Amino acid sequence: MACYLTTGKHMSIYWSVLTVLLLLGITAPTALAFGFAGASAARSRIAPVSWLGRGYIAVVRGVPDIAFFLFFVIALDQIIEVTRHHILCPDWVEPIRQGNDFVVCQAAKMPLGNAPQWVHESYGFAIAVFTFAIVFGAFAANVIQGAMAAVPRGQIETGESYGMTSRQTFWRILVPQMWVYALPGLSNLWMVLIKATPLLFLLGIQDIVYWARELGGIKTSRFTDYPHGDWRMWYFLALLVFYLIFTRVSEITLERLMARLTLGQATTAGEAQRKARTT
Amino acid sequence: MNACLQTITDYGLRAIGIGKRLLPREDFTLCEQFTLIGSGMIWNVYFGVLALIAGFGFATLLALGKTSNNKVIRKPSEWFIFLFRGSPLFIQFFFGYFLFLKLKTVFPIFAPFTAAWLGALVVLFFNTSAYTAEIFYGALRSIPKGDIESADAYGLSGWSRFKRVIWPTMLRLAWPAYTNEAIFLFHATTLVFFSGFPAWQQRGDALYYASYFADKTFNPFIPYPILAGYFILLTLCVIGLFSTVNRRLNRHLPSNTRQRLRIRPNLIR
Repeated sequence: MACYLTTGKHMSIYWSVLTVLLLLGITAPTALAFGFAGASAARSRIAPVSWLGRGYIAVVRGVPDIAFFLFFVIALDQIIEVTRHHILCPDWVEPIRQGNDFVVCQAAKMPLGNAPQWVHESYGFAIAVFTFAIVFGAFAANVIQGAMAAVPRGQIETGESYGMTSRQTFWRILVPQMWVYALPGLSNLWMVLIKATPLLFLLGIQDIVYWARELGGIKTSRFTDYPHGDWRMWYFLALLVFYLIFTRVSEITLERLMARLTLGQATTAGEAQRKARTT
Repeated sequence: MNACLQTITDYGLRAIGIGKRLLPREDFTLCEQFTLIGSGMIWNVYFGVLALIAGFGFATLLALGKTSNNKVIRKPSEWFIFLFRGSPLFIQFFFGYFLFLKLKTVFPIFAPFTAAWLGALVVLFFNTSAYTAEIFYGALRSIPKGDIESADAYGLSGWSRFKRVIWPTMLRLAWPAYTNEAIFLFHATTLVFFSGFPAWQQRGDALYYASYFADKTFNPFIPYPILAGYFILLTLCVIGLFSTVNRRLNRHLPSNTRQRLRIRPNLIR
């Protein structure tokens, strides 16, 4: 059994768990940054900037989920290639779309045709991360926008009465104070993000879903047959349990974080904490 | 124009196996893309509507189970809800498909479950039941104390108290969240043919055809916006239907305290 679980292919599935964690680790801060930028843009006083922020939030949230993932991976790839095509091969005359084909010059291929395998893989991964960040950024922007609006007006007025400029009240009062209002929404989003990671499989990354199918199946190995029949069911059961544990652990961690952030805040939960302390 | 009508008669019901057998192979026209993707929407509506209707009843039972004082009833309900809300729907589809495959070899009666029309429906049904049950559970816990006290004062108890007071109030409180769940479920139906469930004779849902076109033409900028358009229409229909019900549920309240539907579509579960 121990020998079975440490074959080369099984090592790949353990690595792919790391891929998923890496994706979460990179996507979460990127999406948060996208969300923060989107929300700040949406509440800007300059009309075009505000439209840009609002438009971003509305468009991404309105489009069905997976369609967006499938669309964006090809679209981003083509946009990059077309841009490179125009920069690198300015004297190319043929149209890029010829019937059902998409043709750019060799130098504009991304990644280059002769690049090693790992470049292809990490390029695919980068596109996937970017797609996730765009989609989840819009949702985070929505949450952060709500949280910014929820910060009591009096707290900002206090800042103003001390003579702070609007930039200062934004950075010194609004941003530190909004997290307690944003956290419930953001933790919800984190849960959704965890549960969205298996969709990496659809984006052509060799993630845990890919390996679970490969390893569980009968016809997988060309060289040695695994000593079992169709075990895909058990592999997917293992994935199910993995995700359940992951969600549960995140839930507990986020609850603790919430309790920490609520400390001394002017919210119902903060009030309850204060009362529990004094009595 | 006539060519387009011909396309509609050829492919309008292609998703359920009526019409031309072969999908268009080259020179895709806009009309073909609109028709086939639209025909795929039949499956999305089918999965969504049936899972919602069946899930509604089961979710009510689950929510009542979760509020129950009896441990034997409460624990299984809690576990069921946690199991389906805590894991990705995508993995649930895969697991369900392979589970049914395995069961089929032991009990031949499970053969239809390995096809998408039944197997995926069962998975979606369980999934939406769990999500809806959590919404209903929250609503049950926030029923105003006064409502139940006045029901007691009128001598209502047991089934009649549940039917006349608790259940309608629960629905009223849960309705905005339930509307989101419905929209969300329709979006989730697009995952069916991208998981283990095979599309038999290329009868797939809207996303299946959209990605077929995108693969064949290398041009994602036409099929996916068409798909998005169809889904926006579907979402608007759902919102329209649910807000009619919402108005009926809230008709006894003074107009300024009525709950308005706030539409907040979520993404992948």
